[in-house]
Amino acid sequence: MTSPAELLTVRDLRVEFAGARGRAATPAVRGVDLTVRRGETLGIVGESGSGKSVTALAVLGLLPGTAGITGSVELDGRELVGLPGRELARIRGSRIAMVFQDPLSAFTPVYRIGDQIAEAVLVHQKVDKAAARRRAAELLDLVGIPDPVRALDSFPHEFSGGMRQRAMIAMAVANEPDILLADEPTTALDVTIQAQVLDVLRTAQRETGAALVLVSHDLGVIAQMADRVAVMYAGRVVETAGVDELFAAPRHPYTLGLIGAVPRLDTRGGPLVPIPGTPPAPSQLTGGCPFAPRCPLAEDRCLTGEPQLTGPESHLAACVRADELAERRPAPAEVYPVPDVPPSALAPLRADREPVLRVSGLTKTFPILKGAVFKRRVGEVYAVDGVELDIRRGETLGLVGESGSGKSTTLFEVLGLARPEAGRIELLGQDTAGLDRAAVHRLRAQLQIVFQDPMASLDPRMPIGDVIAEPLRAQRTPKPEIDRRIPDLLRLVGLEPAHASRYPHEFSGGQRQRISIARALAVEPQLLVLDEPVSALDVSIQAGVLNLLQRLKAELGLAYLFVSHDLSVIRHLADRVSVMYLGRTVEQGSVEAVFNTPRHPYTRALLSAVPLPDPVAERARERVLLAGDPPSPTERRAGCRFRGRCAVYTALAPELRTRCEQESPVLLDAAPDADHAAACHYPTEGQA
Amino acid sequence: MTGAVPTVTTADAVIENAPTTVADAAPAGRGRLVLGRLLAARGAVAGTVIVLLLFLLAFVGPYLTHWHYTDIDYAAMRQPPSATHWFGTGGLGQDVYAQTLRGLQKSLIIGLLVALLSTVVAGLVGACAGYFGGWTDRLLIFFVDLMLVFPSFLVITIISPRLKNTGWIAFVVLLAAFNWMITARVVRSMTISLKEREFVRAAQFMGVRPLRIILRHILPNAASYLIVDATIAVGSAVMSETALSYFGFGVKAPDVSLGTLIADGTDAAPTYPWMFYFAAGLLVLFVLAVNLIGDGLRDALDPTAEAGRAPSRRAARLSRSTRTPKGSR
Repeated sequence: MTSPAELLTVRDLRVEFAGARGRAATPAVRGVDLTVRRGETLGIVGESGSGKSVTALAVLGLLPGTAGITGSVELDGRELVGLPGRELARIRGSRIAMVFQDPLSAFTPVYRIGDQIAEAVLVHQKVDKAAARRRAAELLDLVGIPDPVRALDSFPHEFSGGMRQRAMIAMAVANEPDILLADEPTTALDVTIQAQVLDVLRTAQRETGAALVLVSHDLGVIAQMADRVAVMYAGRVVETAGVDELFAAPRHPYTLGLIGAVPRLDTRGGPLVPIPGTPPAPSQLTGGCPFAPRCPLAEDRCLTGEPQLTGPESHLAACVRADELAERRPAPAEVYPVPDVPPSALAPLRADREPVLRVSGLTKTFPILKGAVFKRRVGEVYAVDGVELDIRRGETLGLVGESGSGKSTTLFEVLGLARPEAGRIELLGQDTAGLDRAAVHRLRAQLQIVFQDPMASLDPRMPIGDVIAEPLRAQRTPKPEIDRRIPDLLRLVGLEPAHASRYPHEFSGGQRQRISIARALAVEPQLLVLDEPVSALDVSIQAGVLNLLQRLKAELGLAYLFVSHDLSVIRHLADRVSVMYLGRTVEQGSVEAVFNTPRHPYTRALLSAVPLPDPVAERARERVLLAGDPPSPTERRAGCRFRGRCAVYTALAPELRTRCEQESPVLLDAAPDADHAAACHYPTEGQA
Repeated sequence: MTGAVPTVTTADAVIENAPTTVADAAPAGRGRLVLGRLLAARGAVAGTVIVLLLFLLAFVGPYLTHWHYTDIDYAAMRQPPSATHWFGTGGLGQDVYAQTLRGLQKSLIIGLLVALLSTVVAGLVGACAGYFGGWTDRLLIFFVDLMLVFPSFLVITIISPRLKNTGWIAFVVLLAAFNWMITARVVRSMTISLKEREFVRAAQFMGVRPLRIILRHILPNAASYLIVDATIAVGSAVMSETALSYFGFGVKAPDVSLGTLIADGTDAAPTYPWMFYFAAGLLVLFVLAVNLIGDGLRDALDPTAEAGRAPSRRAARLSRSTRTPKGSR
């Protein structure tokens, strides 16, 4: 019964992965209903393990043989489930096309980009090779790859991540499909590149008239792109509605919690709304509402039967209290318990607090070596080239930059506590250049790090009691003291002391990150370096960790050096922010100043590229798209290194441009007393 | 390897501190946890019991018969097992029971010590080379390669006359010295990849000393390979000792080892099976027991392993994959 407007109808789709050796099968998707209309964009949002990617793959028939699929997927009235592989293959690529998450593994590394796109054309269309190649060039042009004819002969590794993802989109639209399935198409990319790719997706959609199914965990991306949204939880759709309706008046408590858990670029401070607990494992489902154990609104009836999607056709929700929520329209914080963040007891005036870390003019280069036996130096990578940092007691400095901007190198230089190649690092007033080994060892206790990946940063073969004890042992703390501290530390980060004898793999991602934080706090440091501490976590978990960090900062008077590519998180947590581009600090200052009146065109572009989890605000925004990719850090060019991508530079009169080309800008304060400096010759040009 | 962890406690403590740890009591350290898991693994306990029984047999067994391994019974040559000669007799009328137990004494000690020694050396050299890199790496690997290209038997024949009087210890050292190089190379490459892992970096930034990092993080994470390698080394040490005996080094007639007994008895196996199968059977039993211990130890050190923990491996993997949100980022 497909009405003409409905292109793809998914009814009661169930996917199970067969268990090995007689064990029970694991359900990944448990009855999903979706409809995609011609030309519209459907966003599927959910956390990891919610079954969103499996749903997309099941539609394409791309799941492995161990997966059992039941239910119905109809494309234009034609049933796809159970179709033989050959017929499915004819549909894939010509009527439904897929854009994968990882652009690196989506291309075969040994074939040229052009050949791979032409192949997609040749498989489905009766054209000769030359025509297919011409078409490939057209497609690359469509997705905005400069010099498409030459790009045809490039190999995938010669493309940057963003360009590969564009080429992927070009390949997907090669046969003008009716449906474009994009599974986390921008997750692996930087924000400015993400903005470019989303723009290309929109162009591709406009040119081909295809419907777009966008799978993402990022509410901002969904709010920006989608017409309708389906929220998935534990293998089912729990709410589906038009994008405005969904964000304005969610009817499922999970959706409400998600919206409250995301830090936003346009508001700051205060605790986020964490959703307690973790998503259930497929084996833990009891038959009640799968969200009930985490839901603050759960009642007895939630535990007995799984609620079905109900409500008006335009807004379905699988919650027994959906009507109540629709009527009351509560804010997330009214429904979920929000922890208090105690006020900091430190001197409010920045000048009154002693500096914890001071970095000026930091430089680090890596040699590029060639030759097998005798290595010759053939060049240098300027990974860090002029970084300024200033952190005082009890404050958070957010360090922002895209990949390759030298954030990690800066961190490792600071953590190395050695004499830098050039410049100066001062930790607690001590210059690292003049430290002996004993002093370095003592200073280590004042400076601790929390890494990005909570799985990799804990030794899998060590019980967490030993993990947390390690920094104490390194500082030669007596054993009774260590034994006393471990339960305290576990309690401090919200874990139970009895957990000390468990191994890291028994914990969830968020809990593991808490263990990392406990380990870092064990020696009572003054400065905590947080290297993307929440970017590997789901939003609902991330909110809890961010709240914990805020609480610890207030309680213990810690200073944070918070590295992130996510500007919303920085905005939420940081007091001051420092923006890096190509190894150099281009703007720094208080969060309010930098986010409200950015002076560097790069900062403006970054801010504009971050999608807001609010469709109305998102549409009202003006967008500054940054062209191209960051240039290679192997050459040190005269003048401003951002000018190749700079909108201000291109708009300047030729006689004013000379300054950008010849003179490298230095950090200049916006006003004599303001905590705001930018390295731009024309900081006021092009300001909104 | 776990011996280096400072919190190793005695077996008694494990029994007192059964799994239900009381909150706020000192948390069980890694050493105690590993020991607890090892004792919970049935295979490892069975293997240990078998090895202990073999030692008992080897050192107490000879007193149960009046035959000495050097005795020759001219009245009974190539006789099958009987009440007088429990395992039968050999070609010259030697008592196979006495000989086999004498051989077992030698081989148990040689096998275990050679495996232990070569694994320890391989682990330390490989991990140091991989961890420190640079000149340490280059020198150590040069030495490893040098040892690999040396014809080991030639070296042994040259130096064996000087060591003739030092007995079996020198022999064990020599066997181990030519047995560790390949393992060391593998450990080195494992170390190089482990070194880049964040938990090692975290330890470095905490100010943990390099050797501590090697003992506490690198070697436990390379333990699965080392243990498997060591269990194989036990069997091969027993057999390679036979080859050395040809050079008049090691075990010399009339003294015997399991290796020499098996080598001598191989030809007789179809016709006089007792001359071969008792020695071979004991060696198989020995290697099997060592393998059981090795498997148990490997599982005890690997917290995700099926043994020693209630949830199955698949369940652990599943829960890990659902818990780790890495997948969708």
